[in-house]
Amino acid sequence: MSAKQATAASVGLLNCHICGQLSRLKRGLHEACCPRCGSALHARKPNSIPRTWALLIAAMILYVPANLLPMMHTSSLFGSQSDTIMSGVVYFWTTGSWYLALIIFFASIMVPLLKMLALMVLLVSVQRSSRWQREQRARLYRLVEFVGRWSMLDIYVVAVIVALVQLKALATIQPGPGAIAFGAVVVLTMFAALTFDPRLIWEPQRESHG
Amino acid sequence: MSAPLIACHECDLLQREVALPRGGVARCARCGAELYRSHPHGMERTLALTAGAIVLFVLANSFPIIGLQLEGQTIQTTLYNTVRTLWDEDMKSVAVLVFVTTIAMPALQLSALAYLLFPLRLGRVPAHFSAVFRVLQTVRPWGMVEVFMLGVLVSLVKLAHLAGIVPGVALWSFAALMLVMAGIGAVFDARGLWARASRLQGAAP
Ligand SMILES: [Zn+2]
Ligand SMILES: [Zn+2]
Repeated sequence: MSAKQATAASVGLLNCHICGQLSRLKRGLHEACCPRCGSALHARKPNSIPRTWALLIAAMILYVPANLLPMMHTSSLFGSQSDTIMSGVVYFWTTGSWYLALIIFFASIMVPLLKMLALMVLLVSVQRSSRWQREQRARLYRLVEFVGRWSMLDIYVVAVIVALVQLKALATIQPGPGAIAFGAVVVLTMFAALTFDPRLIWEPQRESHG
Repeated sequence: MSAPLIACHECDLLQREVALPRGGVARCARCGAELYRSHPHGMERTLALTAGAIVLFVLANSFPIIGLQLEGQTIQTTLYNTVRTLWDEDMKSVAVLVFVTTIAMPALQLSALAYLLFPLRLGRVPAHFSAVFRVLQTVRPWGMVEVFMLGVLVSLVKLAHLAGIVPGVALWSFAALMLVMAGIGAVFDARGLWARASRLQGAAP
């Protein structure tokens, strides 16, 4: 590898995020189209920091009702019951399925929480133009992108159970408002990860160009 | 003549392409992001896996995933039914979310792959090649077949104390689809695709 750390942007080249084609930015222009695939080209994702913050804050607000409101209502001959994510975890834990309790605890409670924390760390460090642990932060970003989807787990569990348990004799299970909030958290954090530009970790000062 | 330049999609560092051994992976020298892989028969394999995935996807959507056995009755649900029930229970946003991530996005991804790869294999560049390629890249993070599969397994355990569980054809199809989609993710080579498309376009303008 060459000793100097030249980036595409520093020599006036734009990297297409869709097809990976490098092309030269015309003088005086801030935006262009990829000559190969026609996607819009930007040296950085536009307004990455404010957009990611907005999505992240919305997700953090909705994380509260997602955890407090019930995901499911069960009504049977033995009475009715509302289940939040945490009570589902407790249910599996006390009935001996501790591995499922752990899977749901991690996928539904820890992953969204850690993901939001990680995005916050990334945003704050980028805003302060920090040079601290850049490789680790790049790795953290890839991890956030990779694990975020697993939070959908509980939504699918609710969907399948609600569809199956419609037998009036035994019990009816209805989805609760927590599922809506929870689905919104997953989607918002996924969009937040997509709008965050990892190139800012390496060159924070170029953000203002948009 | 030096090797062509590529920029890292995560940190923008410019670097020279290097030749890779079979199955090798090139990583960014600065941030460690994967730059490209070498697949001797990447396109043929992706095509074969895509064909298999389409069959599995159709099976997974046409048959019941699981059934509950209760007092001689069997209650079954297909994937579409689960979406439908959520919709009818006035959980429209959740219904849309499940529909998009388990049906629409995988369907789009597989049809886009088939649309791009079959003609290319036959030596032809399909119309709207780049637009369809863009769709493919945009859709990819939103297909969640593997997460859905885990969700089905968790529900199985949750329901097992209520009634007898009958695994349906779609359950096995989903499990297989999950593996085949992971295979596609591992062998799909976007650079190879563009290289072949531009070679073909150069040969017959
Ligand atoms: Zn492009
Ligand atoms: Zn890099």
